[in-house]
Amino acid sequence: MSEIMGLKAKLGLDVFKHDKEPHIKIKAGMEKDPRLKRAILVCPAGLYEENQDGEVELTIDGCLECGTCRIACGTEVLDWYYPSGGAGVQFRFG
Amino acid sequence: MEEKFDAIIVGAGLAGLGAAYTLAQEGLEVLLLERGDYPGSKNVTGGRIYLNPVRELYPDLWKKAPLERHITQEGVSVMAGQRSLSVSYRGDELAEEPYQSYSILRAKFDRWMSKQAERKGAMLVSRSRVDDLIIENGRVEGVYAGGDELRSQVVIACDGVLSLMAEKAGLRKPGSAGQYGVGFKEVIELDSALINERFGLEDDEGAARLFMGEVTRGKFGGGFLYTNKDSISLGIVVGIKDLMEGQPVIQAPILLDEFKQRPEVSRLIRGGETVEYSAHVIPEGGLKAITKLSGDGILVAGDAAGFSMNIGVTVRGMEYALASGYYAAQAVIQAKAREDFSAASLASYESMLNDSFVMQDFKNFSEAPEALENHRFYTYYPELAGNIMRDLYSVTAGNKEKIFPTVKKYFGTGELWAIFKDMRKVMKI
Repeated sequence: MSEIMGLKAKLGLDVFKHDKEPHIKIKAGMEKDPRLKRAILVCPAGLYEENQDGEVELTIDGCLECGTCRIACGTEVLDWYYPSGGAGVQFRFG
Repeated sequence: MEEKFDAIIVGAGLAGLGAAYTLAQEGLEVLLLERGDYPGSKNVTGGRIYLNPVRELYPDLWKKAPLERHITQEGVSVMAGQRSLSVSYRGDELAEEPYQSYSILRAKFDRWMSKQAERKGAMLVSRSRVDDLIIENGRVEGVYAGGDELRSQVVIACDGVLSLMAEKAGLRKPGSAGQYGVGFKEVIELDSALINERFGLEDDEGAARLFMGEVTRGKFGGGFLYTNKDSISLGIVVGIKDLMEGQPVIQAPILLDEFKQRPEVSRLIRGGETVEYSAHVIPEGGLKAITKLSGDGILVAGDAAGFSMNIGVTVRGMEYALASGYYAAQAVIQAKAREDFSAASLASYESMLNDSFVMQDFKNFSEAPEALENHRFYTYYPELAGNIMRDLYSVTAGNKEKIFPTVKKYFGTGELWAIFKDMRKVMKI
């Protein structure tokens, strides 16, 4: 058996460049929208979590810019754009 | 007078690079905009590229291309919970030049290909995100990028699977979950000699393996493994709709962790060091999901147009990207020669695609997405295959059951009828 590597450790292997502001935002008032809960399951980087108040929170650091949350949740609950030029994940292998 | 390019290409993936290379080769003024640090820095593949369909479109490109290994071994494993059944194939033709397919790492390849396009005369600007299209009187006239207004006769949207450009141009709406999968993978470094030993390869020979069934917990999708020169690409592709609907509820990253733990996989990657984790959405809607390919002043190519196809035994996208980029470029070259960049003139892109393998494949395999959506392929059949093999190979303390009854007990009238119905759908692929 190979040992299980935590998601944080995995994301720590990638090169990320800081952006001025988050490129994906949960739209105001949509934090409890059921569509947003889908992101918790689909995000390959595990960046969406539900807090004690039943609101979904997004940590943008570690975003792989894959687009899955935009497709799963839709643009009514997420403001979704790519990071600014030169920012975000920079794959060395891809 | 401000500079006006013949074409501005949004995104230096394979479609954009192919278009830039082709346009620059014919001497057109082309600007290629890439939001990443370098072409390839935002691009992900499983990955394997099939060269035959695109070899002739880029005859000078392949000799020195930084591809990984040519694939000489194909494997499919049907994964049940505690057992699996594998078929592997090797054939002399796979080991003969010109090789049919290669494993590939996009950050390496795309960066190299961008240099070839620049050498032909294309202007590449990296770290440049396109924020919007310039649309005047209903016609796309260029793009806004990082505060600059850049104008062109044509914009070619090669901005990937979400194609925000095609959305802005009104050529598509945000995609629906049923038409997309998400792929996520690790690149695991492993000594090349060890790879050769473990997979039974020599020199630059490579292996490709697909896994279906329990690896996605019965959801639409599968696992994949490709050997690179000195690393292994290991990952999962799973339908976004299946993933978000639960049943069973599981977070995507856990699927890959479980996959790595499977005995069929863990011993192949043992001692390897993960060096990168990446993810990307994949268009899987087939013909029905292809968007409008052109508008006034704009063409759409590659994943942006939906050109990616899963037919079970092969999952392909990169050749369609390279080919559609090529044909988009040809349409612009013809328009330039006619001095007519109207929508009608640019529509030659669609007719060229229709005559090419791209649209012919999509029409031929239009039934594939529906046929492959059948969840029995990811749950019932893997368990069935595993159980039959278990019983066939089992030798207990008592007497052994005869072979035919061993197998027959799994195929009552109800099961046979259900299998017959499933097969009728599969036969449409």
